[in-house]
Formats: sequence, structure tokens, C-alpha cells
Amino acid sequence: MLESDLAEPISAIRSVLNESALEAGAQGRASHTSFVSIGLVVASTVIGSAAQILLRFGAGNLNSSGLREILTNWPLLGGYACLGVMTILVVLALRGGQLSVLYPIIALTYVWVTILSPMFFQDQINAPKIIGLTLIIAGVSFIGAGSRS
Amino acid sequence: MNTPASSILLVLGASLIGSLAMVFLKIGADNLKGSHRHWMPRIGIGIALFLASSVLYVLGIKEGSLTVLYPMVSLGYVWALIWSRWFFGEPFNRNKIVGLSLVLLGVFFIGLGK
Repeated sequence: MLESDLAEPISAIRSVLNESALEAGAQGRASHTSFVSIGLVVASTVIGSAAQILLRFGAGNLNSSGLREILTNWPLLGGYACLGVMTILVVLALRGGQLSVLYPIIALTYVWVTILSPMFFQDQINAPKIIGLTLIIAGVSFIGAGSRS
Repeated sequence: MNTPASSILLVLGASLIGSLAMVFLKIGADNLKGSHRHWMPRIGIGIALFLASSVLYVLGIKEGSLTVLYPMVSLGYVWALIWSRWFFGEPFNRNKIVGLSLVLLGVFFIGLGK
């Protein structure tokens, strides 16, 4: 890699960290988190759980790791495509809200994966999982509610 | 089940790098209105960190107890709470702290059920 190729990202990290720290300090407050942003992150968790299930299918199909086998493994490719879509939705969501509100909402992915997995794999839903799902939903609701006050 | 120290370190590393990935995605997202020269490198770094974090995570949860490892992954949310305050001036409030504690406890229970 050329030195100039490296120099740009490095200076980008440095300037970015300084700029955003300064901006936040100057404003003294962070932006309000919109309903649209919260909706986008919730949608991204549904796609993220589809990604996890597809990747698990794809990983199960992999016997050898030849390039040809990876490139024709549709569940695996589909899983990565879902991760790409998830990233786009998360970036669009972050544009209109606080990171500290939006990031924990991604924990909803655990909820969808735990509910969906028994349909596709030999996983079972048990009492600890139900308690866990309930606590995550309650926690995310708390954080979401706090962002509106 | 014993959880090797290497698994704990890998998963803690994954959570830390994953939270930094979100910081870069947020900075990129805040610059989306400007030229692509502003947002592209930041979102690119975010995606690279996100990939690095998922590699560490997959290696980390290969061995050891998910009851221990799952809540460590979600420590990423705690790091992100700190970065959000440092870099973006987002305040801590009671709802964020109570909500996050419930999420961490919930992830612990899901690990327990696996």
C-alpha cells in the first residue's frame, strides 16, 4: 500500500476525533432522537436476525473452504447481503439521533433470533430465554422512552 | 463449564472494537450531507472495525460458557455509552442506565438458556 493511501485514513481518524469532540463540547447538548431513527434501527434488527440465521445455515453447509464453494453458498452470501443492508439502515438511523439511545436497541436482534431459531434449527425456547427476552424488550423500551423526554 | 481466558479476551476485544465501529459509523452518518470525501473514509473505518469485531467474536465464542461470554459481548453497549458522552456530548440519564442494565441482564439470561 502506498504511504499516501495510509496517510489519509490516519489523519481522518485524528481530525474526526478532534472535530466531533469539539463540536459536542461547543453545542453542549446532543441531538434529539427521532421516531424515524428508532424505527430504522428496529427494522435493521429484523434484517440482522435474518442475517444471523442465514449465516448459520451457510456455515452448516460449508465442508471445505474452497473459494468456489463459498461463492455458491447462497445462505452465506444472503447473510452477508443482509448485514450490508443492516449497516446502511443503521447509518441512516444514526444521522437522526443519539448513539447511546440507538445502539442498545440493536439488542432486539437477540429477541428475533431466539424466537426464530426453533423454526429453523433444533433450538428450544426455555424459561431463561423467555426471561431474557422480556428483560431486553423492557430495557429497550426504557431507553426509547427516555429519548423522548 | 470453564471459560478460557483467551475467549474472554477475544470477546472483550470484540465488544470494544464493535463499539468503536459504531462511533465511526455515527461520525460518518453526521457527515452524510457533505462531500463523500468526508463520510466515506469514516464509514469505511466503521465497517472495517465491525468486520474485525465479528471475527474476534466468532473466535471468542468457540470455547467457553455462553453465560459468561454473552453478557461480555453486550458490554459494547456500555463502552458506547461512554464514547457517546465523550465524543458527542450525549448525556447519561436514568432511563439509559436502567434500560441498559435490563438489556445486560436479559442477555445474561439468554446465555443461560443456551
